Amino acid sequence: MQWETVIGLEIHAQLATKTKIFSGAATAYGAEPNTQACAVDLGLPGVLPVLNQEVVRMAVKFGMAIDAHIADYSVFARKNYFYPDLPKGYQISQMDHPIVGIGHLDIEVDGKTKRIGVTRAHLEEDAGKSLHEDFHGLTGIDLNRAGTPLLEIVSEPDMRSAQEAVAYMRKIHELVQYLDICDGNMQEGSFRCDANVSVRPKGQAEYGTRTELKNINSFKFVEKAINIEVERQIDIIEAGGKITQETRLYDADKNETRSMRSKEEANDYRYFPDPDLLPVYISDALRAEVKADLPELPQIKKQRFIDTYQLDAETASTLSSSKELANYFEALVKESGCDTKICSNWVTVELLGVLNKQGLAIQQSPISHTRLAGLLTRIADNTISGKIAKQVFAAMLASDDSADAIIEAQGLKQITDSGAIEAIIDKIIADNPNQVEQYLSGKDKVFGFFVGQTMKASQGKANPGEVNKILQKKLKR
Amino acid sequence: MHTKTIAQLAKGLRAGDYSSQELTASYLARIKQHTELNSFITVTEEQALTVAKQADMALATGNAPLLTGIPIAHKDIFCTQGVKTSCGSKMLDNFIAPYNATVVEKLDTAGTVSLGKLNMDEFAMGSSNETSFYGAVHNPWASNTVPGGSSGGSAAAVAARLIPGATGTDTGGSIRQPAALCGITGLKPTYGRVSRFGMIAYASSLDQGGPMTQTAEDAALMLQAMAGFDAQDSTSVEREVPDYSAGLNNSLQGLKIGLPKEFFDDGLNNDMASCIETAINEYKKMGAEIIEVSMPNLKLAIPAYYVIAPAECSANLSRMDGVRFGHRCTDPVDLNDLYIRSRGEGFGTEVKRRILVGTYALSEGYYDAYYIKAQKIRRLISDDFKRALQEVDVIMGPVSPSPAFGIGEKTSDPIEMYLADIYTIAINLAGLPAMSIPAGFIDNKPIGLQIIGNYFAEDKLLNVAHQYQQVTDWHQQTPQGFA
Repeated sequence: MQWETVIGLEIHAQLATKTKIFSGAATAYGAEPNTQACAVDLGLPGVLPVLNQEVVRMAVKFGMAIDAHIADYSVFARKNYFYPDLPKGYQISQMDHPIVGIGHLDIEVDGKTKRIGVTRAHLEEDAGKSLHEDFHGLTGIDLNRAGTPLLEIVSEPDMRSAQEAVAYMRKIHELVQYLDICDGNMQEGSFRCDANVSVRPKGQAEYGTRTELKNINSFKFVEKAINIEVERQIDIIEAGGKITQETRLYDADKNETRSMRSKEEANDYRYFPDPDLLPVYISDALRAEVKADLPELPQIKKQRFIDTYQLDAETASTLSSSKELANYFEALVKESGCDTKICSNWVTVELLGVLNKQGLAIQQSPISHTRLAGLLTRIADNTISGKIAKQVFAAMLASDDSADAIIEAQGLKQITDSGAIEAIIDKIIADNPNQVEQYLSGKDKVFGFFVGQTMKASQGKANPGEVNKILQKKLKR
Repeated sequence: MHTKTIAQLAKGLRAGDYSSQELTASYLARIKQHTELNSFITVTEEQALTVAKQADMALATGNAPLLTGIPIAHKDIFCTQGVKTSCGSKMLDNFIAPYNATVVEKLDTAGTVSLGKLNMDEFAMGSSNETSFYGAVHNPWASNTVPGGSSGGSAAAVAARLIPGATGTDTGGSIRQPAALCGITGLKPTYGRVSRFGMIAYASSLDQGGPMTQTAEDAALMLQAMAGFDAQDSTSVEREVPDYSAGLNNSLQGLKIGLPKEFFDDGLNNDMASCIETAINEYKKMGAEIIEVSMPNLKLAIPAYYVIAPAECSANLSRMDGVRFGHRCTDPVDLNDLYIRSRGEGFGTEVKRRILVGTYALSEGYYDAYYIKAQKIRRLISDDFKRALQEVDVIMGPVSPSPAFGIGEKTSDPIEMYLADIYTIAINLAGLPAMSIPAGFIDNKPIGLQIIGNYFAEDKLLNVAHQYQQVTDWHQQTPQGFA
């Protein structure tokens, strides 16, 4: 039988505020356990939450970026369950009135665009961390993370493959960073996701029974977890079994998913509006303010790059994938005045090649756009060839010198003086009579030999165009 | 000097009749002398004397705040830094608050000297102060009767003149009912007028702190220090605090008093009805006009309250889990055991009952039928009051169906106990301010007159109460043995 996979994602993006969602404690990562938890985060008797207005602004920003309905009125609710790292015995979240309503986002898979629906996005506080090692059979609690603001972004079950799910997750990841509302750091847990997965016979309208895969924190694992879960579900159904609705955990080491709890064991969270917090009203003034503050979004930027710089879709997509990279590219074009394709090539091939190998972000690039512009200018004005430029680029990576300084110091300036090139060519023709004969008798390929020899003799500095011209003249058949 | 009011003591301190240290020592002596009332959970003698000394120095400068040097005490629901804050529960018997409640902070700033923490029903759940882990409080007017609750310790201590004023909290009548049963003045402010920060939550949408004093004049002085916006409490209201003493002597000529007919139906016993009628007659003499009003949804207040308050408390008390503070059972074998035994041992019966009721009311499949329905009733009750208060300036009625009842008399029947708050609960649901003032005696036990006002009309209530206290002396009566 042909099976169809149905996937919906719940993404938790940690909002990049300085302080927590309901207290003044810092949100910085990596502090000593329990040093960034104040009385409110500890849930001491008598304390009250006060909403950090910055999170509202960030959520509205996200909502606008996915063309979503922003609620006029949004309510915080208590989600009740007991867990040692949940200090109050309830999580403050949103249920009936989330701040962001229905929106959408386009993804591209195999060159095709697909629209994925976003059901809602709501604000909530994170819990703390339970530490099961190093406590001799007991559990340690670190509440530094308790109260960290999260935006939970819930998609429609619109994805039909692990590949689409990853594309959607990447798109959201890219977007929240674009909007400056999340640092996107997956190792530190700033961006993680739960995947709802089910399968159904192709053509069937109803959804199959789904399982929820919890807390997956890398793109690679999302893909693997979904694929392995789909396989598991199909195996069960084909063997005549039924899928149990349950929460499952992905074990990356064993590449398997295993059951955490079934639907029957699931908590009744007893949601109700939190009486400690007033409803949030989103004013027109705030909407206008956030809208004015909205950056150019990746999709729009990509189109602009195609239109303005005549880039192909893939290159435009790469260059607009992060705001910083896009800014680098545009600054390079402006400063160098070079052909936009040369600029985009140097950024996507040479520079990103090096950065990716070293695991650096564009902001950490050892070569600033100004220095790279200096290099590209020298290619454009024929001071150096493209090939020599790579040599200069390598030297620039290792030092802070400008392209000009390196060209000067290493004597890499291109030879464009046709007299000098003619002299070299004359010598090569004289030294290789056999090859000359071969060429003249019709072996076109030998022409390349002469070009190579000339370049070698000039240490690559001879202007290739000039070399071609003179060789053709001298070896006229 | 223990029979003096806060206003009188403030004058005495400034006149140099006595120092704050003398005053503090004298009240501390009375507290020690009358431990039989069981009104205090913690007495902070040393700390009080230190603060009194500072108060005397401040008074000597001539520009100390009005309440400087005045001894008070806090209901043990308010967090006090470095001092045990038990909320009347075994659960928090070991809890030393690491911070001050805003109310505590404000009264400290106003110069008061705190002598300790007052007994109360466990987590403010009760109408008789019998649910306290620290034992029942005795009513100074008749030691075999209850002082009311949940602010029973506060009411008994003020009535016995162990302290000139105390803080209390009122979720369904917890300031007004004990004030009535002990013959003192109690004020529950408008919801949002006094910060709830540091006040251990019972039912967050209903809880409100307020003063418990001998007189309305004193209540005005204390409320002045307690009220105001607090950025730490999102439900506190950003609104200017008026001068509560300024209008105390305004004339009541033409005052419109509403009497809800539902307050005076068959359920009210004759003695209580005639006491209230006598009090109303005093107001008539002062030029007030009496208007009958109707609040048809009033009868639904108790059922609505006993869904909403338990629902909120079931979540509010979840933090008492034995993990970070409070009672923890010995040698838990696993997490579930830790939760079950810590909470099972730490909470008393009434608290458990309300947590269970609330958990049930919020459960899947019951939420709409109970919680949502109760919220709708709450809206209807608020509307009843709003409508009535468009016609009248204040609404009056009884505080409690009867004077103080016997200790143990109603403990076996929770419903009977819940009915003790029948006249007070609706006001919390509506979020309105209300007072209880001494208005007579039945069988030598004090009873209270309730005065309900419009939102943020505390100044009006105080004026109305103060004028009554100018022509009556119920509030000056002191129980035998405490004079």
